[in-house]
Amino acid sequence: MTLDLKVLGPILALIVLIAVGASLNENFLSAGNITNVLSRSAFIGIIAVGMTFVITAGGLDLSVGSMAAFIAGLMILVMNGLLDTLGPGLPLVLAGMVTALVVGTLAGAVNGFLITTMRIEAFIVTLGTMGIYRSLVTWLADGGTLSLDFGMRTVIRPLYYGGILGIAWPIIVFALVAVIGEVVMRRAAFGRHAAAVGSNDQVARYSSVNVNRVRLLTYVFLGILVGIATIMYVPRLGSASSSTGVLWELEAIAAVIIGGTMLKGGFGRVWSTVIGVLILSLIDNILNLTDGVSPYLNGAIQGVIIILAVILQRERKAEG
Amino acid sequence: MKLTLHQVDRSFGAVQVLHGISLELRPGEVHALIGENGAGKSTTMKIMSGYLSPSAGEVRLDDAPVAFASSQAAEAQGVVLIHQEFNLAEQLTVEQNIFLGHELKHGMFLDKRAMAERAKSLLNRLNCSVPPGARVRDISNPDKQMVEIAKALSRNARVLIMDEPTAVLTEREAEVLFQQVDRLRAEGVAILFTSHKLDEVKRISDRVTIMRDGHVVAQAATAEMTEDDMATAMVGRDVSSLYPARTAPVADDTVLSVRDLTVPGHAQGITFDLKRGEILGVAGLIGSGRTETMEGLVGLRRATGMVNGRAPYPAPRAALDAGIAYLTEDRKERGLLLTKGMRENLTLQSLADFTGLLIDETAEDQALTQAISDFDIRAPHRAVAVGNLSGGNQQKLLLAKTMLAQPEIVIIDEPTRGIDIGTKQQIYEFIHALTAQGKSVIVISSEMQEVIGLADRVLVMRSGGVAGELTGTDITEDKIVRLAMGLDGIKGAA
Repeated sequence: MTLDLKVLGPILALIVLIAVGASLNENFLSAGNITNVLSRSAFIGIIAVGMTFVITAGGLDLSVGSMAAFIAGLMILVMNGLLDTLGPGLPLVLAGMVTALVVGTLAGAVNGFLITTMRIEAFIVTLGTMGIYRSLVTWLADGGTLSLDFGMRTVIRPLYYGGILGIAWPIIVFALVAVIGEVVMRRAAFGRHAAAVGSNDQVARYSSVNVNRVRLLTYVFLGILVGIATIMYVPRLGSASSSTGVLWELEAIAAVIIGGTMLKGGFGRVWSTVIGVLILSLIDNILNLTDGVSPYLNGAIQGVIIILAVILQRERKAEG
Repeated sequence: MKLTLHQVDRSFGAVQVLHGISLELRPGEVHALIGENGAGKSTTMKIMSGYLSPSAGEVRLDDAPVAFASSQAAEAQGVVLIHQEFNLAEQLTVEQNIFLGHELKHGMFLDKRAMAERAKSLLNRLNCSVPPGARVRDISNPDKQMVEIAKALSRNARVLIMDEPTAVLTEREAEVLFQQVDRLRAEGVAILFTSHKLDEVKRISDRVTIMRDGHVVAQAATAEMTEDDMATAMVGRDVSSLYPARTAPVADDTVLSVRDLTVPGHAQGITFDLKRGEILGVAGLIGSGRTETMEGLVGLRRATGMVNGRAPYPAPRAALDAGIAYLTEDRKERGLLLTKGMRENLTLQSLADFTGLLIDETAEDQALTQAISDFDIRAPHRAVAVGNLSGGNQQKLLLAKTMLAQPEIVIIDEPTRGIDIGTKQQIYEFIHALTAQGKSVIVISSEMQEVIGLADRVLVMRSGGVAGELTGTDITEDKIVRLAMGLDGIKGAA
């Protein structure tokens, strides 16, 4: 009953990709490569979990890539500014993390406020804030790059490169976010309400659900998750510029769609969004490891996969 | 032109839904097709109009067998089905809708002048005053019905099949429709319509066919049957006592006092009280502000005034916390999530009662089992999408969902719209059972008989105000109509 093609499709695609990867390159299944793929997936993955809630509740957020760049820029500025006061230690790292979380929360709240209270289309609001954040980070960097002072690179490095039991932090955090997201979506009142709002917001309203609050919260949670992703992204490169996070929003949305969440809202699955993220990054990884197809065709292949996914998952028209 | 079904069977997979249906639509005759939901009326109409083909038997047009390949093929031969839900493009004008897909052309270009003239003459013929240039989204439901009929006539319909044309009309609007039906009958059009309102069947039809469980159980000249005969044939049992006898007494204490409630643009200065255990009927024409008043009362619309000595509730949640629930008239668009299952729908309004940190799905399942038995909800299986339930079962589920929130006061807007007579009777019994538990009920209804049969007291609204209040033996159709139309009652209400 529940194991139909719509649910199995993304899993089968992932298995096929892993088999193809393993047959083309013996290093594909090595611990190093797997860690690499998963760590790189984590940024988009964490954001995509939040995006699943936004889309399920009938919304959309195009601003997350720019938001990540803006948060990264502010985080770097704050840490550079506090380096002399706090010194290169844990307090400085904590200050950076708090900055990222606060800015992410606020940015999400701004999107949510404009969409719910001001009743502007989500597409338009986030198209606007996408431009605003992108422009602000370019302005902060004065058209160039904002870099962390070298003095603290080693302090903050472990946030991306470190971990427990040999598992990198980004993978651990991604896994935690995914598991919590899945449980909230399926078993918490918030997930049920988000699906109800996305399915028919009038029915939700007439059922005493606070529709605006649910919508607003999806954007706030997404903002917080963008903050968390950025916290681990900054130590990886130690810099932010106008090209940071470009197209992340589309990758996150693509992962959600490939996973089988409906773009028009009303139904979402977090675990399959995770599969969607893995499919996208495995394609990238396989093209880089093998010679057969140019890695420059990555975007084209991902595009085909997205369209195929939607065709395969198309709802059969309800009877009557 | 005569359209005949001869011994028609129809199966969907292994399930046979029609058994040997024979009926004849004659020119200049109005034929009523009645039966409970699921009796096979829709399938019959779809076979007549080319949407479905029969599994066995024949469709005949003027006694010659035909096989319509599609609804378009049927339309080309003059057989048109008008759906219950309007098939109109809301953003287009009346005229554009009438000619949609059959636009008149002058060479390569649209012949707008010819279409405007043609549309005007069609609407004139129907005695409909809606301007051909008006956008369909801006016109009223009865006018939309007229546009559908004009569209059918523009295709030279000789056989007109109407699926519950009066479901969304008030009695006055239905009367306007019937005048047009009379006119078409006089012009020799063969007409079939379905309705759950037996008084309408009596009023307008010449012949009646009654279906039950896919069989024709009765076929006669309408004049030969009483409404009770029809109801009994439909249900297969005696339903003369449609409205249960009042058993629980109304208490003296007031549970709801509304003072000077105003919903901007819809209702002004509404004042009334509700006693414990009382059924208060709210009557009035569509557009008189009945629904908007109650929506204002429960916080679904901005309102001013006093409810129980305080400002009106700011949100539906606040009203529910105060024990007041509103059950919408629009179960498909506002009441239920059609793509979701029964469990999610049942608990949506009272999810907090099922949630600690996480939702207790076992408790939800138990609640569903309870609701299915309490409200006699008949579903093919528990996981069915609610959109696939019949209207009656959807309404029962909506009632179960509302009652799960344990309100003390229930406001039910059009409790039985589009529901068959057997289910209606059940819903009336549920409403009575509520009052026996000491709960109070407000029933808004466009069906006069329903208000009269159920209510202890009736509030009649007109133009956004209370035109009058009726109690006891004063609750008659005549008095309600006179108040609703402004012949009697408070003059200042307009």
